[in-house]
Amino acid sequence: MNIIVVGLSHKTAPVEIRERLAVPESRLGEALSRLCSYPGIREGIVLSTCNRVEVYAVVEQLDSGYARVQEFLADAHLSLSSEQLTPHLYWHADDRAICHLFRVAASLDSMVVGESQILGQLKDAFEVALAHKSSGVILNKVVKKAISVAKRVRTETKIAETAVSVSYAAVELAKKIFSNLREKTVLLVGAGEMAKLAATHLIANGVQHVMITTRDPHNALDLAKRFHGVSIPFDEFRSEMAAADIVLCSTGSSHYLIRTEDVQRAVRQRMNRPIFLIDISVPRNIEPSVKDVDNAFLFDIDDLEMRIEQNREERQGEAVRAERMVEDEVGVIGQWLKSLEVIPTIVALRNRAEEIKRSELDKTLGRLGTLSLQERGLVEGLASAIVNKLLHGPLVTLKEEAHSAGGTMFVEAARRFFNLDDPTTSAPLDEAERTDRLDHPEPLITPVQVSGCTALEPQSKQGTSDEDA
Amino acid sequence: MGASVMLFMTTMGLYLVGTVFFLAYLLHRSEALSKVSLAVTGIGFVSHTAALATRMMAAGNVPLTSFYEAMSFFSWALVLVFLGVEVRHRIHVLGSFILPLALLSLLSAAALPKEVPTLEPVLRTVWVHVTLSMLGTVGFAVAFVAGIMYLIQDRLLKSKRFNVLYTKLPPLDFLDKLNQQAIVTGFPLLTLGIIAGAISAEFARGSYLNWNPEQTWALVTWLFYFVVLMGRLTVGWRAKRAAYLTIIGFAGVVLTFIGVVLKGHGPVT
Repeated sequence: MNIIVVGLSHKTAPVEIRERLAVPESRLGEALSRLCSYPGIREGIVLSTCNRVEVYAVVEQLDSGYARVQEFLADAHLSLSSEQLTPHLYWHADDRAICHLFRVAASLDSMVVGESQILGQLKDAFEVALAHKSSGVILNKVVKKAISVAKRVRTETKIAETAVSVSYAAVELAKKIFSNLREKTVLLVGAGEMAKLAATHLIANGVQHVMITTRDPHNALDLAKRFHGVSIPFDEFRSEMAAADIVLCSTGSSHYLIRTEDVQRAVRQRMNRPIFLIDISVPRNIEPSVKDVDNAFLFDIDDLEMRIEQNREERQGEAVRAERMVEDEVGVIGQWLKSLEVIPTIVALRNRAEEIKRSELDKTLGRLGTLSLQERGLVEGLASAIVNKLLHGPLVTLKEEAHSAGGTMFVEAARRFFNLDDPTTSAPLDEAERTDRLDHPEPLITPVQVSGCTALEPQSKQGTSDEDA
Repeated sequence: MGASVMLFMTTMGLYLVGTVFFLAYLLHRSEALSKVSLAVTGIGFVSHTAALATRMMAAGNVPLTSFYEAMSFFSWALVLVFLGVEVRHRIHVLGSFILPLALLSLLSAAALPKEVPTLEPVLRTVWVHVTLSMLGTVGFAVAFVAGIMYLIQDRLLKSKRFNVLYTKLPPLDFLDKLNQQAIVTGFPLLTLGIIAGAISAEFARGSYLNWNPEQTWALVTWLFYFVVLMGRLTVGWRAKRAAYLTIIGFAGVVLTFIGVVLKGHGPVT
């Protein structure tokens, strides 16, 4: 059994590839069900943001697990063959997969090291996985640990103080076009998390007029209230665009919402005053040829990354500390994972022994005829004592060796000596048990924690809901 | 006059050093160079002011009757405008563009005869024409510099090249506003300068205008800037278009000057 991650990110794939692989939130559940239907995949989480598409999975076998997940990714978009995809993918297993997840959560792998959106996005992805029961014992524990590591990194290092996010880059660019943001108007198209953050940032930097449009008018009204702005009907925003100095676009639409001719018209109406367009959507929502329109300045997510790249070095010092923290935490979770593998073995071993004892007792007691209650007790006690004495050694050894390098070997040996993998005697994590475990989590995952996660950030959920519209 | 020429040469040397520092500042990430550049420019400006004052005392009138004086005054006013903008907005990088221009006009002044011309009494007021025209031209020069900076920043933003120059150049709309301000100030001054010139000509030659090539070219330039200004105020000829137009316009101004100087005409338009 291995934990693996297969995916691609802004570091390995251009936006053209990422936008094709991105899974809209509305289809995430379906994707998770599909992922778990592959043989050998026990648990799965899909993290799909504009900067990365990653699949975390618990698989029975490493090689076939990699193959299945890659198959899953290639199947997600029919126009992408597995061959086209491979050069952009990375694969990690076990400690390295966990380390990758922790680094992603702690924003050490982000475009802007230290930005905070990724944590929210991971929480959302986890929540969907929980709702669809695709995340089980192992991923639950690992993802929760990732979230707590990320929080620790944020509070104990200065990584988040200098780096804010893509929104920081957006503000910086805006300040190279407009000297005074105070008199400027920003138009928010869609309510993606990043766009909202960027809008918040722009407002913090002086922007006073905000126009909001979303497909769901209620959403726009809510946001208008939040940003003290005005909401605009979605089908009219193109004609209102001329009033905006900054257009922030982040929707889940799969086609271009703002075309070159819309921008040309807006620039004409603005009498050539510059207009700054930021497209944070993946797939992109603003036609790329807008960049050729005079006095219109279009930046997509990759452009922002480029801008951010230069600032990255300054943050390296803090990042090094954070990396060390991540390493420690990976060690901690690694220990837990090893012991986890031992626990089902111990349980299975006890069940097996109990089963044998029971059946032998039944046979013997049947032959002995009528016994007094005391005699019966003595016979049963004898059987239990033999079984317990016999099991004591192996159980203690298993527990002790769980944390050693050869821990898995002992587990494997115990399973074979006692024939624990016989389907009639033990059924590690079959479909029924997985469901059962999720419904009745093991003590390691307390119900409180689970409910805590399902209640994560209702606001952000609300905010992204129109992305899929 | 000796002192004046010496101060003039000192100024030229200081502007040369200032230009070198300002160009180095443009290409290096460090902000420290701007302090040196500004200090050198400031001293140069003081020396320049002293040179002009010395000359004025020597001549007994406003030193704006010869081309040499006109070019020197132009350079002085340009640096004055730069220092003014610098004090208000702290846009050091403007110096990297304006100071070379100031140096260039001083160098061209140095190539011209430096003696104070003796003027016929009717031409005593010609300095009004020259001063106003020169101040107008300073406006166009600033617009020209703002236009060049605008186009560079526009290009850098469009091609997403976030280099040192990008970080140093001011926001686009600041440059556009500077461009507008420069034209809005420069154009009326040039207009008054041309009127003053016409009046002087009427006194000197008995005709406001005799349609010689320089006068015609000057009027074409005036008309050009009139159209540029009206275009901006009415149909939105701003931003990139304004930048291009003001660059073309200033090229016209420079050509007029060269034409006038080469023909060896008097200071009167």
